Amino acid sequence: MTSDVADPGEAVAIAPAADPGFLQRHGGSIEYILIPGAALVGALAVFGIFVALFGKNPLDLYFYMYQGAFGTWFSWQNTLTRAAPLILTALCTALPAQLGMVIIGGEGALLIGALAATSAALALPSMPPLVVQLAMVCAGMIGGGLWIMLAGGFRQYRGVNETISSLLLVYIALAVLNHLVEGVMRDPASLNKPSTREIGAANMIGSIPGTDVHWGLVFGLIAAIASYVLIYHTTFGFAARVAGGNVRAAKIVGLSVGKLILTICFLAGASAGLAGMVEVAAVQGRTNANLAAGYGFTGILVAFLARQNPLAVIPVAILLGGISASGGLLQRRLGLPDASVLVLQGIIFVFVLASDALYGRIGFLKGKS
Amino acid sequence: MADGSIGLWTVPVAVLGGAIRVSTPFLFVSLGECITERSGRINLGLEGTLVMGAMSAYGISYLTGSPWLGVLAAGITGALLGALHAGICSLPRVNDIAVGIALMLFGTGLAFYLGKPLIEPTAPRLPAIDFGWWSDIPQLRAALRINVLFLIGVALAPVLYWAFRTTRWGLLIRTAGESADAARAMGYSVLLIRLRATMVGGFFAGIGGSFLSLFYPGSWNEGLSSGQGITAVALVIFARWDPMLCLWASLAFGGAAALGPALQSVGVTSGYHLFNAAPYILTLAIMIITCSPKRTLTGAPAELSITR
Repeated sequence: MTSDVADPGEAVAIAPAADPGFLQRHGGSIEYILIPGAALVGALAVFGIFVALFGKNPLDLYFYMYQGAFGTWFSWQNTLTRAAPLILTALCTALPAQLGMVIIGGEGALLIGALAATSAALALPSMPPLVVQLAMVCAGMIGGGLWIMLAGGFRQYRGVNETISSLLLVYIALAVLNHLVEGVMRDPASLNKPSTREIGAANMIGSIPGTDVHWGLVFGLIAAIASYVLIYHTTFGFAARVAGGNVRAAKIVGLSVGKLILTICFLAGASAGLAGMVEVAAVQGRTNANLAAGYGFTGILVAFLARQNPLAVIPVAILLGGISASGGLLQRRLGLPDASVLVLQGIIFVFVLASDALYGRIGFLKGKS
Repeated sequence: MADGSIGLWTVPVAVLGGAIRVSTPFLFVSLGECITERSGRINLGLEGTLVMGAMSAYGISYLTGSPWLGVLAAGITGALLGALHAGICSLPRVNDIAVGIALMLFGTGLAFYLGKPLIEPTAPRLPAIDFGWWSDIPQLRAALRINVLFLIGVALAPVLYWAFRTTRWGLLIRTAGESADAARAMGYSVLLIRLRATMVGGFFAGIGGSFLSLFYPGSWNEGLSSGQGITAVALVIFARWDPMLCLWASLAFGGAAALGPALQSVGVTSGYHLFNAAPYILTLAIMIITCSPKRTLTGAPAELSITR
């Protein structure tokens, strides 16, 4: 984590710290690790108590969580496979957050991206796999991008709250997916679970050599690093952060806020759309209702836990990927319902938000003014 | 079409029945959210409250045999979740929209966790009052089998309208929502007013959830509420924070939500999923039409973060 990590609200207010002393120079960045870390530990403790109320041993819980998430090479691969879509859907919340927007519709963009990518693959039946895969990436990103751009456009041109509209768009996307998958795009051979036709084994993007982790993880890493560079090291990103800090100031210096909103929303949606493409081209091989697995919603939590920093999204996504990977083991060994992962995620989210009150209040970290 | 039936009239009758049946959760959540938002805070977590309410109502009804105790339990669960929301929001620099999202995920997760053993058993449901006894048409009689909760909700809307205008509590809530400084200057704790408003809002939303599991659709499963809570929150915005408009909007929404099943019952099945999404599309369309980027909405509480 670098020292110019700033939360969107304070993006423009970083004062140069002239004073010597490690804490004074790095107190701020230590806070960004220490406080979410403490929130995480607190959430795990509360979840342990919750599980103990149902007669399970919390120590077993922590042990199996660790085993299921990071204990073996097998569970590491499972974790990383789940982290890939989480990085991409988290960016769908983290990028608009730079502009002060709260977008929670990553799940919808993921579904539309998956539909678009599948359509692209099915429309190009006899092309070489590389062409098909590139077309899928483009289609998925454009589909997801336009979907979230809708929410941005409604906000910019009609003043519609983007949090609510993006969530409504999730339900609409799910309806569109079900409509197409059970209608014109249905593979007649899929009886129990209506699905589209398969995109074909040759067109699957496969695994990173030597592992069972698919290439989607690399897509996610590239997207996160590119987003970081875009936000913190380009004029465009600077303009976005200025507009996020103070819209009026941005307008006075002549920034086109509308263009910023639409572009950022497109990029955000494109990222979640890419997650949809990855889930189709690396896991499912086709589009059906299985894709609505909640990656979009967990991505919101990842973005908030990473304090909307695109680079911090990567380790946080791996952590939450681990939590969801351990769900299966908790179910088998402790007999916990599969929803226990959701409960833990909810508790973490509540703790992380409540911990926002602690910033700048921890005595020994009070370095800067 | 089966002979002897009322033919295509089935659709409007079913939509009428739906407007009455399906609107009840919308009505309770939107009235509850109306109180919360009037106090200057938005609770997006009512989606989670709705699901928790549905689960706890079903559970308590199953355990005690009394559906009305279930309704009460749902309300109390909702009030507790409201207190949690208000408690976290009263910490400095905590964003109420983000807390709402967190509680939405937490509430649904917790409901699925605790509700796992409740999917199988059957709990006693709420009774219905037969208002269609004068009619020979079975569809109309089915449409007019009305639940008491609906009537309570309908009565609640004008009561709230009156209370906001004339009672001391209504005035305090509105003061906290329009100007926290003014309420503070009068010697009232804004945080306390908002805590109570959010708890009452959660109580209503929980009751809305109990209607889902104890009357219509009348069972507990994980797909029980898909976005009805959040739709109701949006509904408050275009009802302009007016309880009476919340009532009309909820009825319109219930009708829209009943369109899919109604069309399916007369054999139109092709766009089933799209018709099911009608409430969401309608919400979005109305928000696009009625919002404006240039001015804040009329009637919007000035302290509300979502309209700033």
